[in-house]
Amino acid sequence: MSGAIAEKPSGLATPSRARLTHLQRLEAESIHIFRETVAETELPVMLYSIGKDSSVLLHLALKAFAPGKLPFPLLHVDTTWKFREMIAFRDRRVKELGLELIVHTNQDGIAKGIGPFSHGSEVHTDVMKTQALRQALDKYKFDAAFGGARRDEEASRAKERIVSLRNAQHRWDPKRQRAEPWHLYNYKKRRGESFRVFPLSNWTELDIWLYIEQEKIPIVPLYFAAERPVVERDGQLIMVDDDRLPLEPGETVQNRLVRFRTLGCYPLTGAVESPATTLPEIVGETLAARTSERQGRVIDKDGSGAMERKKQEGYF
Amino acid sequence: MTIHQSPEAFGYEAFLHTHQNKEVLRFIACGSVDDGKSTLIGRLLHDTKQIFDDQVTALQRDSRKHGTQGQEIDLALLVDGLQAEREQGITIDVAYRFFSTESRSFIVADTPGHEQYTRNMATGASTADVAVILVDARQGLTRQTRRHAILVSLLGIKRVALAVNKMDLSGWSQDTFDRIVAGFREFAAPLGFNEIRPIPLSAKNGDNVVLPGTAATWYTGGPLLRYLEEVPVKSEERAAPFRLPVQWVNRPNSEFRGFSGLIASGSAAPGDKVVVSPSGKTSTIARIYTADGDLPRASEGQSVTIVLADEVDASRGAVIATADAPLTVTDTLDVRLFWASETDLIPGASLWAKIGTVTTNAVVKAVRSRIDLETGQTVAADKLGINDIGEVTLNLDREVAVDPYADNRDTGSLILIDRETTDTAALGLVKASIAVEPRGDETKRKGAPASGGFLSRLRWVFGGI
Repeated sequence: MSGAIAEKPSGLATPSRARLTHLQRLEAESIHIFRETVAETELPVMLYSIGKDSSVLLHLALKAFAPGKLPFPLLHVDTTWKFREMIAFRDRRVKELGLELIVHTNQDGIAKGIGPFSHGSEVHTDVMKTQALRQALDKYKFDAAFGGARRDEEASRAKERIVSLRNAQHRWDPKRQRAEPWHLYNYKKRRGESFRVFPLSNWTELDIWLYIEQEKIPIVPLYFAAERPVVERDGQLIMVDDDRLPLEPGETVQNRLVRFRTLGCYPLTGAVESPATTLPEIVGETLAARTSERQGRVIDKDGSGAMERKKQEGYF
Repeated sequence: MTIHQSPEAFGYEAFLHTHQNKEVLRFIACGSVDDGKSTLIGRLLHDTKQIFDDQVTALQRDSRKHGTQGQEIDLALLVDGLQAEREQGITIDVAYRFFSTESRSFIVADTPGHEQYTRNMATGASTADVAVILVDARQGLTRQTRRHAILVSLLGIKRVALAVNKMDLSGWSQDTFDRIVAGFREFAAPLGFNEIRPIPLSAKNGDNVVLPGTAATWYTGGPLLRYLEEVPVKSEERAAPFRLPVQWVNRPNSEFRGFSGLIASGSAAPGDKVVVSPSGKTSTIARIYTADGDLPRASEGQSVTIVLADEVDASRGAVIATADAPLTVTDTLDVRLFWASETDLIPGASLWAKIGTVTTNAVVKAVRSRIDLETGQTVAADKLGINDIGEVTLNLDREVAVDPYADNRDTGSLILIDRETTDTAALGLVKASIAVEPRGDETKRKGAPASGGFLSRLRWVFGGI
């Protein structure tokens, strides 16, 4: 197999057994973060968004506390606009693994009929994701929430701490970030404050895929290519997941061979044309890709600094 | 060439195998405000093909708005993530960046050059294997260069790449390069680096960053990336005794009781005799449990759960160590602090100390001295101000198990936490000695020279840890 690798640099042998691989070190670091947080906080919760990063996050959490059970529940903030396959996958995994799942939807938003088509992506994301998350954290009084964000996703994320302090209004203050030397995380806080904890901070998109393949972690089938009904809109391929998608004049639904690099609300998540139906093929495409995975996210398009502003307002 | 090749060229399976088996190197990039750190990191990302088309489009848009490179793409904008930084054209917070080649993955801490952000630089250096210190060829060594070299050395980094940047703007002059390198070697001689690798480069043009440059015919060494691919990672360089700080006692039922943690150093196998500090109880490792099955041996960097043969009382905060080389158990710590709070640290101050997995009350018994980073001199001090580095004695309200930082980064380090703001107020390194020395008596200890110039004063400072 290794004979097929062209031009391998000389003198750099494959690491011996005693040396840990990059993925082994990432795994160990993430497990350490899970254990540290559970030991030092009173009521942790894991944000479960059903995507590939959440799948890896859950896998690592289960490893961290095995043979014991997961010592915290999962929280899914459901905007009611997720792909149907995501919800089916969520319910199946929760049942298989015997997990405690809290599903929270912003009922005020539902009452006002907030949605991505009627109100636009910005209002929808703010009300149904950011505000909903804040409601849920306040309702259950969680003092730490694990999330699957990675530093390689976006420039302001690169400056995010692993254990990130939020004030009582859930706001992030980039000027009041704590130093995180060695493996020492500071979990002291004032009343009402809470933490967002990012065990995947040092993982890249490629690492996530390599690890999913290595560990055979189940992921939503939408990540694999299949013929799916899509419309082309603003340069994005939007999947027609249910009959709530209003067709604009001139738009036609076409069946195309597509997959998703990232998953969220279906009207806000662009598909990519791809024949990749296996993990090795996806990894191959990821490496050859000329666009970043966030390109499929409509909410990042509001110009540079959009994510930084959303984070300050309490977006994960 | 070591940049990613298209997977189709050699098959997906071989590709997966290569990338699943590579190692990681963590390094810190530091330098003065305009030395071009962010541009260098942007160049490493760009030339190792980590930058995607949509990011280049965003970069072109941002370069017109905030860029400092005229009509050209400003690679620094790839790494300056916060709006305030883009507007001011500076880096104000430590950022982590990632790139990889076929042999290694790299995690880069991009740290600011401003003095007031010393804390962030110390943070970036705390987990780094190697430091890349940037120097502007036109400016030569500056106060900041010296300061950064001292800081990374204090945090235990032993290998340095001296990246002499903007060589294109000094006509790729060998004389300039040689002069800077000689000056650095002389200055750094007492800092205890095992290796200083000087590389002339241009981050803006890309010469000698990822690809070899052609402009400097007199330079026969490789580009920076090749050095980063070949330099040994820190954990390979020292065989340290086994230490596992206990994070969590895993007790799912009456049949299983395991101690979970990340192995800080060394390795262990079932049957090994261990001591649990600070209690001093001894036992034998019965199992090394992981979710993937029991391990016949586990080593530094692995998160495991250890089951002991005896019913030993151990909880979070204990350290399981090899019985041959136990940790020091003490309630008095001599530490070197990087003070990061606006409030001065004075004797009698009460803080929380987080040491490994223990959090305890700490009272400052004495502030003994301060390191003057301009002169390298240890000077008597009775308080520490923001960004000061000094020697402090702490009284703890319980015994803890520690190693000297010089022997073990993870069991020899701590943070101090302000009780009122709950902010991290200091980074601390445990010194070798735990005996309390009389204050203001620095020069009489360990035969330090009464005089002898800058170098010998530095030797004294660094000999102390």
